Amino acid sequence: MNHLYTWAGILVIVITSVTGDVLLSHAMKSVGDVGERYRRTGLVPVIGRILGNPYFVLGIVAMAAAFFSLLFALSWGDVSLVAPASASLTFVGNAVAARMFLHERVDRRRWMAAGLVACGVALLAG
Amino acid sequence: MTFQKYLVLVGVALFASAGDSLLSRGMKDIGGVSLHNLSALIAAVRNPWVVLGILFLIAFFAAYMSALSWADLTYVLPATSIGYVVLALIAKFVLHEQVTMLRWVGILLISAGVSFVAGGPALTTRPADPAVEDEALQAVHARSHS
Repeated sequence: MNHLYTWAGILVIVITSVTGDVLLSHAMKSVGDVGERYRRTGLVPVIGRILGNPYFVLGIVAMAAAFFSLLFALSWGDVSLVAPASASLTFVGNAVAARMFLHERVDRRRWMAAGLVACGVALLAG
Repeated sequence: MTFQKYLVLVGVALFASAGDSLLSRGMKDIGGVSLHNLSALIAAVRNPWVVLGILFLIAFFAAYMSALSWADLTYVLPATSIGYVVLALIAKFVLHEQVTMLRWVGILLISAGVSFVAGGPALTTRPADPAVEDEALQAVHARSHS
């Protein structure tokens, strides 16, 4: 039963952090290159533009949800399972979501990269 | 990709691993926090290691957002995972922790993944062009004022 709780927790972490990453990435793409904007308008308008973006705010909410679900999952399961499992599944989940929702061209090179990093993270934290 | 953009990616990787290490060092002073003694968290934010760690994580977030403004998510995430490797090397050579064979294999896989993605293009979608957009905005303003 506890095992089921742990994996359900990991699933919630992966879904919320992938949602957060995709929303934040979408927000920053619509803001545009911040370095270029900073040179043209200065710091305050750039920050205002980022904070005023609804996708950015939603992304932060999703990231906060991911953080708190990590805390809960850690109280149910071992850190040596929860941390690497959620981190490496998030890498693969992000590749799928970026292709579906952000229309990034995830070619073979990027699938390989996501897969290798996911395996590496699982080994490193295990 | 300019030199400055590579610096931002290095910043994402280094600030994240430095921030996590500092938080971890600070929380060792605090001890276990559970839902029953949340007051320990107040002690945590007074700990200098934790404060420094939070500052580094804020710097990480700024660098991460900057990177996402000009590069794909599927580029930024693998490219900055080199931070895990840096963290393991710090653990080995600064903190003198034991790095097992399995972890060295993990480091090798991550490095391979990073080199795969770093050789390709950073952006495969069309970004918002600030100049074009601002000209459009100015045109709208000009029209509304006339």
